[in-house]
Amino acid sequence: MSILFAQLVNLLGAVLLLLAFAMISQRRILSLIDLFTLQGATLVVSTAAVGYVTQQPHLYVSAGLTLALKVVLIPALLHRVVDRLDVRRDVETLINIPTTMLIGIALVIFAFALSAPIAKLSSTIAGGSLGIALACVLLSFLMMITRTKAVPQVIGFLAMENGLFFAATCATYGMPMVVELGIGLDVLIGVLILGVFMFQIREQFDSLDIHHLERLKDD
Amino acid sequence: MSALYAFVSQALAIVAAMLLAPILSGWVNMCRAWLQNRSAPSLWQPYRVLHKLFAKESVIAEHASPIFRAAPYIVFGCLLVACAIVPILSTDLPLSSAADAIALVGLLALARVFVSLAAMDVGTAFGTMGARREMLVGFLAEPALLMVLFSASLISQSTSLPTIVGLLAHRELAIHPVLAFAGVAFTMVSLAENARIPVDNPATHLELTMIHEALLLEYSGRHLALMEWAASLKLFAYSCIGLALFFPWGIAEAEAPLELVFALPALVAKLAAGGAGLALLETLSAKMRIFRVPEFLATAFLLAVIGLLVQILLG
Repeated sequence: MSILFAQLVNLLGAVLLLLAFAMISQRRILSLIDLFTLQGATLVVSTAAVGYVTQQPHLYVSAGLTLALKVVLIPALLHRVVDRLDVRRDVETLINIPTTMLIGIALVIFAFALSAPIAKLSSTIAGGSLGIALACVLLSFLMMITRTKAVPQVIGFLAMENGLFFAATCATYGMPMVVELGIGLDVLIGVLILGVFMFQIREQFDSLDIHHLERLKDD
Repeated sequence: MSALYAFVSQALAIVAAMLLAPILSGWVNMCRAWLQNRSAPSLWQPYRVLHKLFAKESVIAEHASPIFRAAPYIVFGCLLVACAIVPILSTDLPLSSAADAIALVGLLALARVFVSLAAMDVGTAFGTMGARREMLVGFLAEPALLMVLFSASLISQSTSLPTIVGLLAHRELAIHPVLAFAGVAFTMVSLAENARIPVDNPATHLELTMIHEALLLEYSGRHLALMEWAASLKLFAYSCIGLALFFPWGIAEAEAPLELVFALPALVAKLAAGGAGLALLETLSAKMRIFRVPEFLATAFLLAVIGLLVQILLG
């Protein structure tokens, strides 16, 4: 039974990776938010599954917290921001999408190679998921690097946190409750601040293109 | 006795493929019509079309070479053999020892090459354009399909389709993340290969957007009938590969001939569900621009590669 649950956690990890790739290849902001919501939902299920296998009730709490934050609250906030800023158009990327995905493959190979020795040492239920989590983090990094607009970058940042959270639940069965609450609040506040930031950028430059921030002076 | 049984199951598989393929196409069209609030054509409509076309005279262009005449028979033959080596009813198929998963992809490629050659043969602009697009889609879809089949053979350590399916059907309940990736990639590849909506619209005769129809523009009569039948066989073959790899339950084994009785209803039920799913997918998505197709298929390829990597990592 617990083997089956370990495989379920692995499967959910694979789904997270799949969603990370889908986010890299997605051009539309609204679909990006939907994918992020799905990633959050996958995370909730995987956290609850790890909690069930390892008999650690506090993981249920963090699953609930994830549900409230990443499936309900943050997507709602993002939708609001997108509505207010009226940025529903397609997102441009710095590198074209097939190339980005090839780079993504290279990152995944790198992450898997890096975590393979660690997975051999680990005694937790799903040692392999560390590599998947690392790959998710790197892919989200890639997304932040290749997008020129502010909203996709924020989503990339949030997706990165998803990857870290998955690593934490699988490798160490969750961090202490205080840390988790802290991180959850940090992410929420981060989104709020970044939201305010986006409005400011928009007011200043009439666009959400962060290239405008590269110049320090008005001239 | 077992040789006789193997022969019977092989013959049954071929006959089932030939008879069920047009019905599957009809069923997908029917579901599509329902979903789009139109009154649906009959389930037997593809048969009526085939009957009508076989009764008609076949007109061939003046400058057509023998390739043009031979292509429908070659294409139909390739796809029939492809259907015959995919374990749809039983894993005990004498023909399947002749060709494994890689040869299956080769067979499909051979059919594609001849369709394209025939389309270019007459020298009309539309045929040539359609052939070029078909090859564009094909050369990107093929590696992705190979990767999907490799993912499945990585689990079972064999490229022989009956072995793969037998193993997948009989394993203990285990979750393979690789199958999730391979499943998504395979769905994308089969949409592209069967000229389905995100890539091509099978119902259109609007010249500038069509791929599959452009290839068949010059054909008429029995040649066109064979080509259409071959197209529905292709859809059938892809559906069966998908069902065999991802939903292998209910396929009869070599040791248990009686399972064959239940294999046919199971296959029909699975095909009905799969066809309805395909119609839903087609109704929900919009056709993309031709230059987005490489991106779509690159995604499929990358997903399949990621699946392989995950399988290697997780073991």
